[in-house]
Amino acid sequence: MTSLPQSTDKKLGLVIDLDTCVGCQACATSCKEWNTGGYSAPLSDIQPYGVDPQGTWLNRIHSYEIGEGSTSRTVHFPRSCLHCETPACVTVCPTGASYKRAEDGIVLVNPDTCIGCKLCSWACPYGAREYDYAEGVMRKCTLCVDRIYNEHIPEEDRIPACVRACPTGARHYGDLGDSESKVSKLVAERGGYALLPEMDYKPVNRYLPPRPRRDSNTASSDTPRPAEKPVSTGAAIERLFKFADKILSR
Amino acid sequence: MHPAYSVILFTTMSGAGYGLLIWLSALGLAGALPPTRTLGFFAFGLAFALIGGGLMSSTAHLGRPERAWRAFSQWRSSWLSREGVLAVASFVPAGLLAINWIFYESFSPALAWATIALSLATVYATGMIYQSLPTIRAWHNPLVTPIYLVLAIATGGVIALFFLRAAELQAARPSLVAIAMLLAAAALKWSYWTGIDSAQRTYTAGAATGLGQFGKVRMLISPHSTANYVMREMGYSVGRRHANKLRRTALWVGLIAPALLTALSLYAPAGTEIALALLAVAAMAFGIITERWLFFAEAEHVVNVYYGAEAA
Repeated sequence: MTSLPQSTDKKLGLVIDLDTCVGCQACATSCKEWNTGGYSAPLSDIQPYGVDPQGTWLNRIHSYEIGEGSTSRTVHFPRSCLHCETPACVTVCPTGASYKRAEDGIVLVNPDTCIGCKLCSWACPYGAREYDYAEGVMRKCTLCVDRIYNEHIPEEDRIPACVRACPTGARHYGDLGDSESKVSKLVAERGGYALLPEMDYKPVNRYLPPRPRRDSNTASSDTPRPAEKPVSTGAAIERLFKFADKILSR
Repeated sequence: MHPAYSVILFTTMSGAGYGLLIWLSALGLAGALPPTRTLGFFAFGLAFALIGGGLMSSTAHLGRPERAWRAFSQWRSSWLSREGVLAVASFVPAGLLAINWIFYESFSPALAWATIALSLATVYATGMIYQSLPTIRAWHNPLVTPIYLVLAIATGGVIALFFLRAAELQAARPSLVAIAMLLAAAALKWSYWTGIDSAQRTYTAGAATGLGQFGKVRMLISPHSTANYVMREMGYSVGRRHANKLRRTALWVGLIAPALLTALSLYAPAGTEIALALLAVAAMAFGIITERWLFFAEAEHVVNVYYGAEAA
């Protein structure tokens, strides 16, 4: 059913910290590895060793340069499905293969009923859906629905593969519908934002902006530098040491 | 957007097919087209061939055409599904109208009205598939669906005129209606192009990444070394210079030339009208396919701003 649920019990999603992401691609690789054997299996590759390799990935990491000259900075920007609250990718689907789960808000494609018309990918402003040319169906991030509820894997692994893989802790997973959850608090504290809110798809995922720049010019204003020489207090013991230093230095 | 030939053929062919059904019904209602067997056979045959061919062509766009029947299920939310349902539903009155016409040489006004209504609804749904997408500025435009409707009626009209001429029937008033539709389509298309050219392109990489507050955002490293699906499907764009040339082709060859040829046929010596009518059909087909190709190729998808496009 491609009509959207009125509301969802939970709003499971990701919070991505652009301040700590180092663009290592570990999340993308881990996502591909898990999902090519998971709910969306397979994520086909075409000519993986040829001159024009291409494949289906559910997570893409861009790197942007922002600003000019010495004040410019590089920001790595992971891009995947934002599990929107009102996603047009779901409502345009003619078959009901695309749907949003009422229990946790995850947006999924049923690979057994998708006809591969690609209209959902046209409707997504975020480029989150990738067509699998070999299988003829659309693929997208499943928020690792086959991990997060999976009682056959250790509890610490019951989070999306990308979150598990991130070496800098830049990816956080949780219920963004619960204002008391860790991720919601993180978003509130760091000024997390949604992408293209004017599109009115109401993304669930949030991005945490890079923190203010710190370099040789700005760092000194943060913490006072220690004095170069200790200040003499003129105590008796200090005078004794000074005298000893003088004698010994001869 | 990538101009897929299957979708270009589908929208142009089925548009003309539904347009022809509308004309056959309307001419029948106006008493301008007597329900005779031979004419009915060829005219309805062509209309159903255009629609059927278009629908067949559209399934070539699918990754899993064998599952196409599932597309009839989500008419509550999806314009694509509605289009499928309406396309099939319109076959009921149109098919009965054709059977009556061809086998009994009789005409049913009720079936004709139903055919007109469902044909218009189907083309309306086709237009709405595109117009309802906020991600593509050139399509999310209130002129898109009216243009689909007017083009369907205009192209159907040019084909209907050919049948009127072939049957040596009175075609003066239908010709004037067809000319009016062709010129209306040209005017609408012109104002559509002017509109999309002057539209503000408000989506930038800075806005899309939320990083614009720190300065101008430039793509430094692409996520992939060769084009992925998103780039192949959504990254297609046609050069402005080519676009202008193709717009002129669509306008002059596809709409104004058929209008002139139709006007000329009103004053042409007997026996040459059918040649002019056929020429009008040929020019229109070429021009409208160009127009539809351009409709896709000119449309910029917002996702391109993540991939280094200045704005969308």
